[in-house]
Amino acid sequence: MLHAVGLFAVLFGTWVILSGHFTPFLLISGAVCAALTVAITLRMDLLDRRRDFLGRVWRLPFYWLWLAGQIILWALIVSRKVLAPRLDIDPVLERVPSSQRSDLGRVMYANSITLTPGTLSTDVREGEIEVHALTQAAMEDLKSDDMDRRVSATEAAPHKPAEPTEGER
Amino acid sequence: MILEIISWISIAIGAFFVLVGGIGILRMPDLFTRMHPAGITDSVGAGFILLGLLPQSGDWLVSVKLALIFVFLLFTSPVATHALAHAALLDGLKPWTKARDKTRDKDGAP
Repeated sequence: MLHAVGLFAVLFGTWVILSGHFTPFLLISGAVCAALTVAITLRMDLLDRRRDFLGRVWRLPFYWLWLAGQIILWALIVSRKVLAPRLDIDPVLERVPSSQRSDLGRVMYANSITLTPGTLSTDVREGEIEVHALTQAAMEDLKSDDMDRRVSATEAAPHKPAEPTEGER
Repeated sequence: MILEIISWISIAIGAFFVLVGGIGILRMPDLFTRMHPAGITDSVGAGFILLGLLPQSGDWLVSVKLALIFVFLLFTSPVATHALAHAALLDGLKPWTKARDKTRDKDGAP
């Protein structure tokens, strides 16, 4: 129930912000549309009911701040490589271990790798990610760096599988 | 006034990174290496330009939309990049490496 209300709030909030009109007609239309979407989601049983979904969500802003720093740092390094008179690159394709427990965590780690200039995730599997790096240094940095650890730290605590309790319909 | 200056500096930084990304795409030897400078364009380049545009809009609704564009960009662009690289690898495209480039030079091929 809480998840359904949350989904409604997010949908309605997006409607209001993107429309920018606060007339009763448009507000009611937005509420009806959001309610309809929630109803369809419930009927198709697509609602994510995991309780630990927002486990350590308060750590995300700190991670994003750190990631932004990494992105700018590596953007400068790659820019120097691009503008250097002699192209000094040494690309490598390797697998690096990933310690995330959930799909969401793995997606976060792979996306963080791709967002950081100089490294690019090409395949995601359980426990490892295939990475293409522009230089050996970028690959070494990723391997030794604590990006993997930081993503895992923002992940929710491990949840017990299958909890068919009150929330289940 | 100060906000105006910060805004323009930010847009200039963004424009610089977009330019570098473009030069990088032209200079790199193959698809995979080209994707690295392309990534600069849509993370740092677009990020600084949108940051610089925020105080220019003058309307908080427009500013919120600009911020939302940036958030969506941060979620979608790495997924698109990943899908492209993954598809290229599945299709059997071999990444360019320094070693392979040297042997090709020795053989006299272009």
